[in-house]
Amino acid sequence: MAQTITEKIIACHAGRERVRPGEYVEASVDQTWSDDLGAPLTLGLLEQHGIGQVFDRERVFITSMVNAPAQNAHFAAVLKQIRALTGKFEIPLYEMGTAAIHNSLGIEMGRTLPGELIAGGNSHACMAGGLGCFATGMGSTDIAAILATGRTWLEVPRTIRYRYTGTAGRWVTGKDLMLHTIGRIGVAGADNAAMEFCGDPVNALEVEERLSMTNMAIEAGAQNAIIEPDAKTLAYVKDIATRPFAPVYGDPDARVSEEILIPIDGLEPVIALPFLPGNTRPLSAVKGTRLDQVYIGSCTNGWMHDMRVAASILKGRRVAGNLRVIIIPSTTKIHHQCMKEGLAGIFLEAGAAFSMPTCGPCIGAHMGVLAEGERCLSTSNRNFPGRQGHVRSETYLCNPAVAAASAVKGHLCGPDDL
Amino acid sequence: MAPHWHRGKAWFLGDNIDTDQIMPTPYLGLKNNEDLAKHVLSGNDPGWPGRLGKGDILFAGLNFGCGSSREHAPRGLKGAGIACVVARSFARIFYRNAINIGLPLLVLPQPVSGGTPGQDAWIDLEAGAAKLHADGPALQGIAPPQIVRDIIAHDGLMPYVKAKAAAAQSA
Ligand code: SF4
Repeated sequence: MAQTITEKIIACHAGRERVRPGEYVEASVDQTWSDDLGAPLTLGLLEQHGIGQVFDRERVFITSMVNAPAQNAHFAAVLKQIRALTGKFEIPLYEMGTAAIHNSLGIEMGRTLPGELIAGGNSHACMAGGLGCFATGMGSTDIAAILATGRTWLEVPRTIRYRYTGTAGRWVTGKDLMLHTIGRIGVAGADNAAMEFCGDPVNALEVEERLSMTNMAIEAGAQNAIIEPDAKTLAYVKDIATRPFAPVYGDPDARVSEEILIPIDGLEPVIALPFLPGNTRPLSAVKGTRLDQVYIGSCTNGWMHDMRVAASILKGRRVAGNLRVIIIPSTTKIHHQCMKEGLAGIFLEAGAAFSMPTCGPCIGAHMGVLAEGERCLSTSNRNFPGRQGHVRSETYLCNPAVAAASAVKGHLCGPDDL
Repeated sequence: MAPHWHRGKAWFLGDNIDTDQIMPTPYLGLKNNEDLAKHVLSGNDPGWPGRLGKGDILFAGLNFGCGSSREHAPRGLKGAGIACVVARSFARIFYRNAINIGLPLLVLPQPVSGGTPGQDAWIDLEAGAAKLHADGPALQGIAPPQIVRDIIAHDGLMPYVKAKAAAAQSA
């Protein structure tokens, strides 16, 4: 029987010929990770249940990325405990000079490869599916069970295929395709499903723009998102892969639960208004909106590609005096590359703050938390009430080009308005 | 089987309550359920932690627990003594997290309307049913899949995987 790419990957990791949507299976996990929010609970469970070592040290890492460098003594104690516990369990820890957002780091380190099954301790672990793996996010206890056994249970998701057609307008990126899609189907529109993205506009995207799409599958309630690997994908992973892998492709005659056609002719950059990622508008409908802060970063749009786009717009310009502009790459490697390519200088000369990798403002932890009534234009992925600070602060979501242009103008606008 | 109704105070929430609202970021350094309970749902309304008590039943709309994978959200609800969260639907990660730590959930697809905050409500966890009045009607929820029932029977995921590993070893 024909199977989708998602079904094939799960079947192979469950030791089965085939699986069907709605079945429950136990599958082996190729890679997992945790962070300074989840790890204290996860490692605490290992201790509590007398688990002496993890299933495979090559397949797990932990990053201190949300509250690091420690923003106060309380979180300093949390980070200190993580250092002690990762030492005890001999789990690689990334922080400070190797700091990175784990969802990005797993990809950058070549540990989320086509055909693999990834279960990361973070809702945006689904991003790795942009490389053609099955990737899904989980909580601390699920990750503890994976660390103990190397396995996890899954409900085989139904596949919804999103087929994009047409040619979008200028400055429309993978992020916009995804915001447009969530705006159309709603924040539970792919509830528990596998989202499979295809069509010429997806093929035309850079790999990192595809990752911005799969990153936000959780914002539609999906279990995973996946894009079949092509020559671009294979070129992207060729030099970084840390182990052999075998790309998997769906059968052409595989049944999907639904195929949704998404024409993007004439699509403009998309903005999500508070307080749902699905509350979207075309840029032209909200131009001129007042802003207090612009944030370019997060696991969604802190890629090298995003830094280059932002720099191309900020080069030779100054950010407006009425707002704060914060630029944060996802990983130390990208941070370093921004230095080498001169992007860091462009950001600083423009008057933006340019920080080492941290989740910081994306999750309202530090490095740009919002006050009551403040509004941030953000390249991150969610804008629920209080996400970036005070319960009555607001987050607008957009792509990096729109964020950079708005930083210069001082209110919401597109690059063509400069 | 005779019905086994638990009575508790009922509280009501809308659709798409995300986990940042259930447990805001500043409290994610806390580890035990009782500490987390002091801040539970404060991202929705700072009055919630003072309102909730042991045995209470929380009725929510669609997509409860969407967003962040933070397990501190169900742990805070458990610490507050919530007997069961009843929702029209749960976001997948929250659902797993709650089952894994032993917070009872009930999926009740039909909307529950006409409730007054703080009134009595009844829940029968074995039967998977809820009601807002002593004399009914009983609203029937969806039975969880076998794997979820097994995890609940073991009082959470870690005991479940340990029991399975032990069984495999002795086989
Ligand atoms: S950048 Fe934001 S969305 Fe991504 S892992 Fe960090 S907090 Fe979560």
